[in-house]
Amino acid sequence: MSLLLLHARYQFLETIRVPIAVIGTVGFPALFMLLFVVSNPAVGGEPAAATLAAGQMSLFAVISAYMFNLGAGVAEDRAKPWHAHLRTLPVGPAAQLGGRLLNAQCFALLSLIPVALTAMLFTRAHASAGELAAVLLALLLAGLPFAFMGLAIGYSLPLKAAIPVVQLLLLPMAFAGGLFLPPVLFPDWLDVLSHALPTRAVRDLVIGALTNTAPGVVAPLVAAGWTLVLGTLAVVAHRRDEGRRFR
Amino acid sequence: MTHEHHARAVGVSRNFGTVRALDSVDLDVAPGELVGLLGPNGAGKTTLLNLLTGLRTPTSGRVELFGGDPRTPRNRLGLGVTPQETGLPETLRVHEIVDFVGRHHRNPLPTHELLEQFGLTGLERRQSGSLSGGQKRRLTVALALVGRPKLAVLDEPTTGLDVEARHVLWEALRQYHALGGTLLLTSHYLEEIEALARRVIVVDRGRVLADGSQEYIKSRVDTRTVSLRSAALPDLPGVVHREHDGDRIRLLTRDADQLIRELVTSGADFRDLHVAGATLEEAFMTLTNDGTPTNADVATVDRSTS
Repeated sequence: MSLLLLHARYQFLETIRVPIAVIGTVGFPALFMLLFVVSNPAVGGEPAAATLAAGQMSLFAVISAYMFNLGAGVAEDRAKPWHAHLRTLPVGPAAQLGGRLLNAQCFALLSLIPVALTAMLFTRAHASAGELAAVLLALLLAGLPFAFMGLAIGYSLPLKAAIPVVQLLLLPMAFAGGLFLPPVLFPDWLDVLSHALPTRAVRDLVIGALTNTAPGVVAPLVAAGWTLVLGTLAVVAHRRDEGRRFR
Repeated sequence: MTHEHHARAVGVSRNFGTVRALDSVDLDVAPGELVGLLGPNGAGKTTLLNLLTGLRTPTSGRVELFGGDPRTPRNRLGLGVTPQETGLPETLRVHEIVDFVGRHHRNPLPTHELLEQFGLTGLERRQSGSLSGGQKRRLTVALALVGRPKLAVLDEPTTGLDVEARHVLWEALRQYHALGGTLLLTSHYLEEIEALARRVIVVDRGRVLADGSQEYIKSRVDTRTVSLRSAALPDLPGVVHREHDGDRIRLLTRDADQLIRELVTSGADFRDLHVAGATLEEAFMTLTNDGTPTNADVATVDRSTS
């Protein structure tokens, strides 16, 4: 356990020493918040709409932190000889993998701060302390399938491919999952399609927690299904990678 | 844990696709030994080290580290390995990297003590990416020793260092060995193996060609170097290679006694006669040049690498 924390700490140190990477992760969701929510009084000035938008953007921040940190981060690490050196130290792969996940979680939490601040200062979004606690927990759980997706990409692709793949998956999934525009504005066909996406499923869970309403049956099932599928993919990608490079 | 050997390979072969990188290699490193692994590029040295440190598994045969499987983390507690110099995490500071590796071990050396030993004092707060090549190289060797390992495995520890820095590093390694440490190292520099290793293993094309003390390896090559100064030396029988350096002449021969007799009876004027056994370099070149030693092989000794 202490080695896992050690690895997490050094992962974190390595990441924050490249400020632009931090700004990208932490700054983008807040920027989107300004562009789509604050600048639009019909959303930002309306308590219900603003709260919804803040919740959706928080989820986007968490998902994007996980996918970039793990997708690109793992792909980058794999290419470094240092990664091989770590395997000669008296420690198993769990500490490193766990440290990576913990580090990604730190950045996911960090990226929530500017979104929350923007929502509080410049919009009429509101939530009780209980709702905030519930939504924080929901956000952490909601990030899980995307952490797995990031790992699957990171362990399957070289860095140059991992970054565009993360981008190509993230933005369309975020849009179609209702993270930029609420799904009530979707045409019927998109709404139907949307329900099958992991982004939509976890969005419904997060918004349910934020507005203190039950999310229904479909969203938890779809979220659990995606978590299982992506978790399996991550494990397979990890094993195949070890198999290919370290036979 | 009781075990006779710190590291051991028994009938180990390793294929990469259709290429056989190692072919039935046997090797054992006993506690306190100082072993030099010698061979040309692509001989299989690094593959062998990767197997012994748990980075790869053999295609067939068995490797042991402290009597167990090197892939089990617990069995690597007594192991120290040099990372590749290009692989240090660039954004981390020197003291952070040392601390990070040290914390994987039960009783690491104090960072300041280690850095001082390797001439890195004052660089603690520098990010590793800003170090010079020589400083990085010294840091990599320091990282192999930070956990007070029972066995240190060093792949090319001084490549790219100037002579002075190399001697500082050798001193640190001798000190480590004097305190009971076991060393397994590879090197491009024969001088390094001669200076450090008591036992030499010559590897080529995935096979162990010779394994023994330095003296034994040298004796495997049945040549002597006869060196003398002479303004005009006639051709002498039994000389397999002749080299001139000003008026200093070096003659390689299989029978030094006979050559001296020929030299004296030739009537040639000479002085400053010196007879020596083969250098490790000559032994190495002879052994790795396609199997059995021949006169022609000895004659191809490349002086430029010394």
